[in-house]
Amino acid sequence: MAIDQDTVLKVAHLARLHVSAEQSQALAGRLSDILNMVDELQQAEVDNITPLAHPLDVSQPLREDLVQPADLRDRVLPLAPASEGNCFLVPRVIE
Amino acid sequence: MSAWETVIGLEIHVQLATKTKIFSSASTAVGAEPNSHASLVDLAMPGTLPVLNREAVNMAVKFGLAVGAEINRHSAFERKNYFYPDLPKGYQTTQLAEPIVGAGSVELILDDGSRKTVRIHHAHLEEDAGKSLHEDFHGMTGIDLNRAGTPLIEVVTEPDMRSAEEAVAFARALHSLVTAIGICDGEMSQGSLRFDVNVSVRRKGEEKLGTRTETKNLNSFRFMEMAIKKEVERQIDILEDGGSITQETRLFNGDTGVSRSMRSKEDANDYRYFPCPDLLPVMLSEEQIIELKNSLPELPAQRLGRFAQQYSLSDYDARILSSDLATSDYFEAVAELSGDAKLAANWIMGELTARLNAEEKSISECPMSAPDLAELIARLKDNTISSKIAKQVFEACWNGEGSPDQVIEARGLKQVSDSGELQKMVNKIIAENATQAEAYRAADEAKRKKMFGFFVGQAMKASQGKANPQQINELLMKALNS
Repeated sequence: MAIDQDTVLKVAHLARLHVSAEQSQALAGRLSDILNMVDELQQAEVDNITPLAHPLDVSQPLREDLVQPADLRDRVLPLAPASEGNCFLVPRVIE
Repeated sequence: MSAWETVIGLEIHVQLATKTKIFSSASTAVGAEPNSHASLVDLAMPGTLPVLNREAVNMAVKFGLAVGAEINRHSAFERKNYFYPDLPKGYQTTQLAEPIVGAGSVELILDDGSRKTVRIHHAHLEEDAGKSLHEDFHGMTGIDLNRAGTPLIEVVTEPDMRSAEEAVAFARALHSLVTAIGICDGEMSQGSLRFDVNVSVRRKGEEKLGTRTETKNLNSFRFMEMAIKKEVERQIDILEDGGSITQETRLFNGDTGVSRSMRSKEDANDYRYFPCPDLLPVMLSEEQIIELKNSLPELPAQRLGRFAQQYSLSDYDARILSSDLATSDYFEAVAELSGDAKLAANWIMGELTARLNAEEKSISECPMSAPDLAELIARLKDNTISSKIAKQVFEACWNGEGSPDQVIEARGLKQVSDSGELQKMVNKIIAENATQAEAYRAADEAKRKKMFGFFVGQAMKASQGKANPQQINELLMKALNS
């Protein structure tokens, strides 16, 4: 399976990555190689194998529902480019 | 009859009533200072890892059991990738291919008494996003991450509803179910239950579904009904004018009653889901599931059946009184304490509901306690007061004048049942209205009935409504016919 430059640029946009036209050409080739490898894997006989959601064959450990203090405002708000009234400020996002 | 058929499916976000978030130990309490309940995990600090909340899993399973759904012994989390400032990680941790709850169903009783089954496609666990605040930040947007990571189940129905009324009936049934099993506080104004409505229309008889639109984030039953009706009208207008429906997401403004297209970017729906490598699959044992099943309280549908049977209520009464836990508990307390379920039902659905509605109060905020209403009903039954006086007493209790017995005592409202005293009153009335009494005696049977009412009225006036009506009737009848 081949990936073209347009697809590379689209995926880059979705991931908010800056990819130049030059880079996109190189990336298209490399991503196509990866997908070709996946195509090969697809041919493996797996009909009798249970799908695996995670390579570790154990169950998710669960946490008890107990509150622990989580007020980090004094430490994290100053890290933001802008904040006010205990809120992080971002450019207006409403349409 | 319209030539069109409406088809509605719902997606409902149910905020789970856990104390902590789905993947962190930060509190889920609402109303706190912005960002005071945002842990390192909720803030998506690099190097942090999610740890799944046991209670969130249990609540999702309880929901599944309550709608008779298949509980998936093996479920897995995925990442839904998109960028928005109130989603710090850049993805929502959710379930897609392997949700925890599979197909189930909810049975509704509609207003006309007919039954309808709405199929649940599946329900999955996921995290809520933070809140974007667009006011008070002079052209900027404020971000509060207290809600980020609050556990949700998203319940997805099949497109089984055929009118706004059916959709609202389902929404109410779901609200009553999730509050009954204690997995959601049901506070719609706080966004604890949010509905996305998928609507399409098709010509009657057509099998193929029409193109649908999705209206997001409706948080009241009324807005939901309005939004669906408006959308159905809009779609029919377009189709009848020869146009076609665009599949899109729409926003509904409850204040103006107008919806508009969100015009989101074309690629916004490309979420590039993939299995979340930070979380292992969730596996449930048979024992866990059985334990949760045994922990389920009586479900609204079971309660409805029990009310109809145990208290000999009509289907309608049983349905209203079993609709939510607070109302059910109130009714049962009044019925037990007063020993008269029918009167308890009538008072709760009549006087009490009218007053609650007038003051926009819920039954949990009711100033008249269940024992007080039961006492009032008991006084009515033992003839201490008449039903007319009972309304006065109700009013006084509502306004905080004390218990019914205290009010009856303080205002001297006890019904007069002393036959000697009543006889004196009757004699006096007949003596004072001798002309009317003569006329009554001379009149034929047909006219007498109407004329009799005059004397009853006089007696009630004389006793200020306190005369026992049955005794007064008998005594008057005897006096007039002698």
